[in-house]
Amino acid sequence: MSQSRTEVVRQSGPEPEGGAAFRSSIGARRGLDRVFTALLVVATLVGLVVLAILLLDVATKGIPQIDWSFIINFPSVIPENAGILPALVGTLWLLAITALVSMLLGVGAAIYLEEYAPDNWLTRLIDVNISNLAGVPSIVYGLLALGVFVQMLGGLTGGRSLLSGSLALSLLILPVIIIATREALRTIPETVREGGYALGATRWEVIRGHLLPMALPGALTGIILALSRAIGETAPLIVVGAAAYVSFTPDGPRDRFTAMPIIIFSWIRQSQPEYELLAAGGIVVLMAVLLMTNSVAIWLRNRYQRRV
Amino acid sequence: MAVESGRGMRSEDQMWQRESQGRKTRERAIKLLLAACAYVSVLTTFGIIFVLLFETIEFFREVSIVEFLTSTTWTAAFPGPTAQYGIWPLLSGTLLTTLIASVVALPVGLGAAIFLSEYAPSGLRRWLKPALEILAGVPTIVYGFFALTFVTPLLQDLIFGQSLFGFNALSPGLVMGVMIIPTVASVSEDSIYAVPRSLREGAYALGATKREVATKVVVPAALSGIVASFILGISRAVGETMIVAVAGGTLAQATFDPRQSIQTMASYIVQVASGETSRGSITYSSIFAIGTTLFVLTLILNIISYLFVRRFREAYE
Repeated sequence: MSQSRTEVVRQSGPEPEGGAAFRSSIGARRGLDRVFTALLVVATLVGLVVLAILLLDVATKGIPQIDWSFIINFPSVIPENAGILPALVGTLWLLAITALVSMLLGVGAAIYLEEYAPDNWLTRLIDVNISNLAGVPSIVYGLLALGVFVQMLGGLTGGRSLLSGSLALSLLILPVIIIATREALRTIPETVREGGYALGATRWEVIRGHLLPMALPGALTGIILALSRAIGETAPLIVVGAAAYVSFTPDGPRDRFTAMPIIIFSWIRQSQPEYELLAAGGIVVLMAVLLMTNSVAIWLRNRYQRRV
Repeated sequence: MAVESGRGMRSEDQMWQRESQGRKTRERAIKLLLAACAYVSVLTTFGIIFVLLFETIEFFREVSIVEFLTSTTWTAAFPGPTAQYGIWPLLSGTLLTTLIASVVALPVGLGAAIFLSEYAPSGLRRWLKPALEILAGVPTIVYGFFALTFVTPLLQDLIFGQSLFGFNALSPGLVMGVMIIPTVASVSEDSIYAVPRSLREGAYALGATKREVATKVVVPAALSGIVASFILGISRAVGETMIVAVAGGTLAQATFDPRQSIQTMASYIVQVASGETSRGSITYSSIFAIGTTLFVLTLILNIISYLFVRRFREAYE
């Protein structure tokens, strides 16, 4: 497009001298354009190439490690016998409690802010606060959980327990869940609400009967992505005090625990090369769990988009 | 209904009234419950500030603020009479890794954003964007593993030889940069996308090439959003923990040599927390003092970024 335009300009240049100068410059400019385009392509591909190398590296080291005994064994000082069972169970527990707590709180908060809250300074404060919380480093949430859930409320939560870890992760992803749910609620046309009110439904009846069923599929995409971020989080769990080696699977939320990222971290820190391979095996399992949750999110999004 | 007697009407009226009263109470209760959910986020902020301040005050009972801000030695992991608590080694480690990550993430992220919004056909864009987002979804512990077991040996073999330590600032910095690319790219792209078409067309009409339109018209017009994305990316790097904790080492030293082993503020917290430290000790309260510093630093960056985002929203939306 731009090429044909400059052609026209070139031909209609009235002075030969100026025209010549312009002609020589257009060649240089087009050359620069090609260089620039190439740089942009490289910039776009850098991340993808590194991602591919990373996945390949982890897969080649990790996949040979994985067999049935790797899944069902407990961590061990003998690398050949080491397995991930308590970490896998711990991660599934964390996922379940975090999903429950963060969805109840997050969807509730989103409904309040989108459907009930008056437009005043207090609401705007909550708004700014939420977007600010989204930028707080995850390790700070770990410190919060250490101070409040482990130390102050230790009697209730069981101290360095699954519950404390899950609450830290829930608060960490709460802003993302609130924002995703609010966006889904916002896409519902006002006429749906007005139709409900016109039939005598109360605000809550409209929300429960119409708004939530319409908004949830869209919100779920964001919620699941947030949950998969929570599964991969390491730092807050370390600060809360997840154990590196436990010889039991947790029975309840107040039990001590370990989790996939924690066991991977503890293996990476060992200096023997066998542990590096074990860590890679753990990473492959962790990534497989993430891949599953993300596929559910993508499936939900596609289903939802088709329907609308 | 209309044929019913007045008496019947009244009782039905009463029933309606009663039910409506019940509905009203239920509605109020639900509203309160939902509001409580929303206030959890405010409570979280207060909780963070309270916990951080409480333990930080404990810390400064034992360590003077002057020493904290001026001493160039940090040996809090080994408490004792000769222990020193100067934040500079941790701060310089954080700045160094952040700087390396920024050198990677800012130009690459901006380049990807320009490519996605100005050059890529919409079909390609639909695939490239989610593919780039995957980078942000990889757990940081995986990046740490990659930095330690792949990037560091690669850099040793190809460039530095043994002058690059097994734990160093360069490798986690570079990997962190790759992790932050999607953050920079997606916020930049939003603001580039918001630049009105008429500006581009005006520039084309004056004979500008595609590159000139992108660099001399679109990027300046989207500048506040691009700056916001840069600051947001930097803030991510400052708070990032696991990559440096795994591949950067645990040696808190004030150096700007990227081949050296370093420690950042966040990776110090991990080092202490993954050991056995009892509550009430100076080492325990020191992680909260460092946490406060980290929190304040990222808060300032996030506020600046927020102000820039608001500016580009006001300009074109």
